[in-house]
Amino acid sequence: MQDRQTTGPRGERLAKGLGWFSVGLGVAELAAPARVARLIGIRRPNGAVRIVRAMGARELASGVAVLVNPRASGGVWSRVAGDGLDLYLLQQTYRRNDVDRGRWLAATAAVLGVTVADLRCAQELRANETRTARAPRRSHLERAITINKSPEEVYRFWRNFSNLPRVTRSVEAVQEIDDRRSHWRVRTPTGIAVEWDAEITEEHPNERLAWRAVTGPVTLQGVVAFRPAPGNRGTEVRVTVHYEPPAGPIGSGVAWMLDSTFERRIQEDLRRCKQFLETGEIPISEGPGLSRPAQPPANPDQLRAQAGVH
Amino acid sequence: MKAICWHGTQYVQVEHVPDPAILNPRDAIVRITKTAICGSDLHLYNGYIPTMKRGDVLGHEFMGEVVELGSAVKNLAIGDRVVVPFPIACGHCLQCEREMYSLCENSNPNAWMAEKLWGYSPCGIFGYSHSLGGFPGGQAQYARVPFADVGPLKVPDNIEDEQVLFLSDIFPTGWMAAEACTIKPGDVIAVWGCGPVAQFAIRSAYLQGAEKVIAIDRLEYRLRIAHERALAETINYEEEDVHEALLDMTGGRGPDACIDAVGLEGHAPGVQGAYDRFKQATMLETDRPPALRQAIMECRSGGTVSVAGVYGGFIDKFPMGAVVNRSLTIRSGQTHVHRYMRPLLERVQNGDIDPSFVITHRMRLEDAPKGYRIFNNKEDDCLKVVLAA
Repeated sequence: MQDRQTTGPRGERLAKGLGWFSVGLGVAELAAPARVARLIGIRRPNGAVRIVRAMGARELASGVAVLVNPRASGGVWSRVAGDGLDLYLLQQTYRRNDVDRGRWLAATAAVLGVTVADLRCAQELRANETRTARAPRRSHLERAITINKSPEEVYRFWRNFSNLPRVTRSVEAVQEIDDRRSHWRVRTPTGIAVEWDAEITEEHPNERLAWRAVTGPVTLQGVVAFRPAPGNRGTEVRVTVHYEPPAGPIGSGVAWMLDSTFERRIQEDLRRCKQFLETGEIPISEGPGLSRPAQPPANPDQLRAQAGVH
Repeated sequence: MKAICWHGTQYVQVEHVPDPAILNPRDAIVRITKTAICGSDLHLYNGYIPTMKRGDVLGHEFMGEVVELGSAVKNLAIGDRVVVPFPIACGHCLQCEREMYSLCENSNPNAWMAEKLWGYSPCGIFGYSHSLGGFPGGQAQYARVPFADVGPLKVPDNIEDEQVLFLSDIFPTGWMAAEACTIKPGDVIAVWGCGPVAQFAIRSAYLQGAEKVIAIDRLEYRLRIAHERALAETINYEEEDVHEALLDMTGGRGPDACIDAVGLEGHAPGVQGAYDRFKQATMLETDRPPALRQAIMECRSGGTVSVAGVYGGFIDKFPMGAVVNRSLTIRSGQTHVHRYMRPLLERVQNGDIDPSFVITHRMRLEDAPKGYRIFNNKEDDCLKVVLAA
């Protein structure tokens, strides 16, 4: 027999089953509420019909929510809540109506059983979600920009690592230890400072510069490649970062650092390098992002500091 | 200082805000003498341009006197009288080197926002939303001008403010719209809209050698100015069938090029107008393009459609079939103002044109809210409002 769901995460197949179960039960409750009421032991279902219908609508909504995204735990949690409501209503039914005890017991047992399945499924999906959120999404970042300067000029700027803190927002400080080694402090978009000693592993003037971290919490390598852009369009600068985060809380912090916000930060830093090399300054405005209106600031120095312009 | 600030749809007000300060070495501070309300400011006023924030200082057509200079600006001196181009351009990126100044790759600090809207970012623009930089505009007493060593044009003392103010935007914009038509002897050019940019497009088309220019609008007073001051033949689209009239006026050939000087708030009679208003109101399209549709449909086969009107987002029912099957060329762009300022200043100096002919209202800066209102509502035969700061 073929397993058709080997690629989905754990819990997904169960969620799909529960979703279809919800849809089926919901449709039955909506279409034939009196029959369903009798099935669960209510002998004279007149007054219960409206409640059963309402529960049918709820089942259908939960079912659709689960099936739309069977990997998300939210839909299944809505089923768990519905199970609770069902059990409460069944208990009320027993107290108030003339019920067939056998049928009522069977119905209650069925709801209890499905509640256990819902709970397990929801917890499993939740665990998956947490795992996915913590896991590094990639171990390789690559970004390129074209700068309207010769490879010689761009390379000279990059080779002097102490230029980077002046221009980028990520690199806070670089201290040269010797000709090949330097100490880096990088601030992630989430505010975590990561430090390491880097060593140049490859140096081809005007073409390529590679380094790796020799200390610090993470295996990290970077390459900056410089290539003349075709037709006198300046220099293509391509930054590649390879990393391997360690396990544990620091590792997950580093994974955060290297997620998509960090990729955007690298893109913005490359843009700032381009701006600085081409124009001699980093353009800033009084209305950065949507953080404040485009109005002259009361404190220009504060605005410059927030924009990372020194 | 006093500044005109945006606060929401059809809501602008005079406010006291801090004076601007030099933030970068290539900045200058300009004390503004004259500034104007642009037709494209009405798109902000009516709330059609995204990424505005309450309190944004408006205005991108301004001139004045240099009062402070950053350390890297060597070509200007304190006291120089300058007209400031509305696009902000660094002068050194590949686009600036190609004189495509409104595509400057470096002048928009909020480039990432524009990239989300449009794929790539154009230049920053004064007072025109945060996705175009978040720069305070020139409807104020002072403005900070970035890359002041590249943009501002020094103007001689013997020429009036009102004759050079429009070098900041609408004269070059009309000129570039006509230039995009690559006018050849005998060409007939049709212009949709008779607002200020359209008036300059008509004059420019004649200066560039057009045989005849036809102007299309619904407001009689604007058609009259186009006819009397810019020498256009006119069509009132609410009274005449535009297609029949154009065929008649071109000997059945159709115009060789069409200029859309209307943009995203176009009007149309009947079902089409109602359709676009409904779709725009329900966010099913961001821009109302009846003028652009008609410009495409009416352009002769193999002709050029030049789009000077501002569009910000997405339009519906775009007649691409006409473009493809009839080999039409569509050209557009925010104006590369820096490219045109000097040659057009010469045109003003040698008497080819006096740009002040479009001005109908002169007010104090403090009266800008009234200026916006009457310009937007086309009250009091308003065509162009100039503010004295």
